[in-house]
Amino acid sequence: MSLSIDDVKRIAHLARIRVDTDEAARYQTQLNDIFHLIEQMQAIDTTGIEPMAHARDLHQRLREDMVTETDRREAFQAIAPQVEAGLYLVPKVIE
Amino acid sequence: MLNLSLRQLAALLAEGKTSSVELCQDYLERIERLNPGLNAFITVDRARTLAEARAADQRRAQGDAGPLTGVPIAHKDIFCAEGWPTTCGSRMLANFVAPYDAHVIERCKAAGMPTLGKTNMDEFAMGSSNETSFFGPVKNPWDERAVPGGSSGGSAAAVAARMAPAATGTDTGGSIRQPAALCGITGLKPTYGLVSRYGMIAFASSLDQGGPMAASAEDCALLMNVLAGFDARDSTSLERPVEDYTRELDRPLSGLKIGLPQEYFGAGLAADAGRAVDAAIAEYRRLGAETVDISLPNSRLSVPVYYVLAPAEASSNLARYDGVRYGYRAPQYTDLTDMYERTRAEGLGDEVKRRIMIGTYVLSHGYYDAYYLQAQKLRRLIARDFAEAFRQCDVIMGPTAPTTAFDLGAKRADPVEMYLSDIYTIAVNLAGLPALSIPCGFGRDGRPVGLQLIGDYFSEARLLNIAHQYQQATDWHTMTPRGLE
Repeated sequence: MSLSIDDVKRIAHLARIRVDTDEAARYQTQLNDIFHLIEQMQAIDTTGIEPMAHARDLHQRLREDMVTETDRREAFQAIAPQVEAGLYLVPKVIE
Repeated sequence: MLNLSLRQLAALLAEGKTSSVELCQDYLERIERLNPGLNAFITVDRARTLAEARAADQRRAQGDAGPLTGVPIAHKDIFCAEGWPTTCGSRMLANFVAPYDAHVIERCKAAGMPTLGKTNMDEFAMGSSNETSFFGPVKNPWDERAVPGGSSGGSAAAVAARMAPAATGTDTGGSIRQPAALCGITGLKPTYGLVSRYGMIAFASSLDQGGPMAASAEDCALLMNVLAGFDARDSTSLERPVEDYTRELDRPLSGLKIGLPQEYFGAGLAADAGRAVDAAIAEYRRLGAETVDISLPNSRLSVPVYYVLAPAEASSNLARYDGVRYGYRAPQYTDLTDMYERTRAEGLGDEVKRRIMIGTYVLSHGYYDAYYLQAQKLRRLIARDFAEAFRQCDVIMGPTAPTTAFDLGAKRADPVEMYLSDIYTIAVNLAGLPALSIPCGFGRDGRPVGLQLIGDYFSEARLLNIAHQYQQATDWHTMTPRGLE
């Protein structure tokens, strides 16, 4: 497997990271080196092996459906890049 | 005073021979003197630390002191601490002041341990050398040409240079143990789920685990009594009875069975590091332990498996850095997508971007089975190897890292070479096991070597005992870097 420059640009866009062509070329080499390392996995037959998602077999805990959080909007919005009237501001998304 | 153990510092406080304020002043002065050269701390806030110290002294005066009340600690800058900048080593969070405390911070506050500062780290804990930090690399106190290891490199350097008697770290693929080894200190990565991840900025959630870093195993045992505990706000926190992690420290080692995995002593291990590890194992034999050769046949796959699973989880966890609710936002953009893309391009460093891109790719349509699912299956084989090994031995020993600390800049241009420096630590995270690194000598270059002890699930007290007995018989853990005495 080998990623092309266009592959790298597509992945970067999926990840919402802007890359210019020079950067994409640098990432292309590095990512291909990393995938070369990762390809070692393909030599192992894992038929019938149960995938392991987690270190411990866990079950999700349940709790009473009660309000446990207090309203801390002001503290949280104090660290936001742009807020107005209690709302987070982003560029216009609907024309 | 600066070379005393936590137990000795606590005793001085209890006897009234010093106060927390005096102690913190001593450490803060040392930080002021040494940190400009070592860069181990990102944030120091003298007034805040001394206020916490005064509160600890008051608490003691009121007869309300716990075992470590007044003993200060440094925190890796991955732990949210209310009112402290919490940067995670990233430009993305350079202006982020945490609005709440991580569970680990709450526990230390409840114990009355003042915060000495927030320590430098690889950006979002992604790195093995501390060179990916937005705030510049940390220097190794043993040799300023060398890296301290990573990602908890600031914590390791702070303890090694005695700028703090103890520090917190986190370990996703070796990030407590490898810097502990490279800086000549003791660091424990607990069983997954013992230390809450609440307020610990997420990298790879199924692998991340907080733990203690200090000079000795006894110090780490005292710290585990503070850090470990159930927390309902972390869905993977384990509900277990409260343990005293110091309870087994004095147990003799006669009859201990040490497993030596052949894969950890192969061609990849530098000769000088190997000699120090061999000498440590010989010391264990003198202390009454016996050794048995074991095999972890799938451990060689741990690096490729990790570089699928950890980036996959990271690509999801780091999607939250979008420039909307907190953190960096690019100053100029045309529309929403452009704002996201510029914010992340400018706010994140190269290594973080690489890992997000790997994760995005391995989770994308058509590649999931070949990468993510295959890696999860191999993860089970790696975990099974350990289960098999623990039928033959009580503890597994080997090197923590294949070499002593490498030079700053030596591996920065080659990500794959950097990844391989964690070859002996990553399998432990994939299995979720506890492991610690203790200093066991020096390489040809005078830089420290670490011995890794891997235990079965929940065997922390025993692991700390095994490390403590070695530290009773040897003095590697008491040595301090030249010029920093």
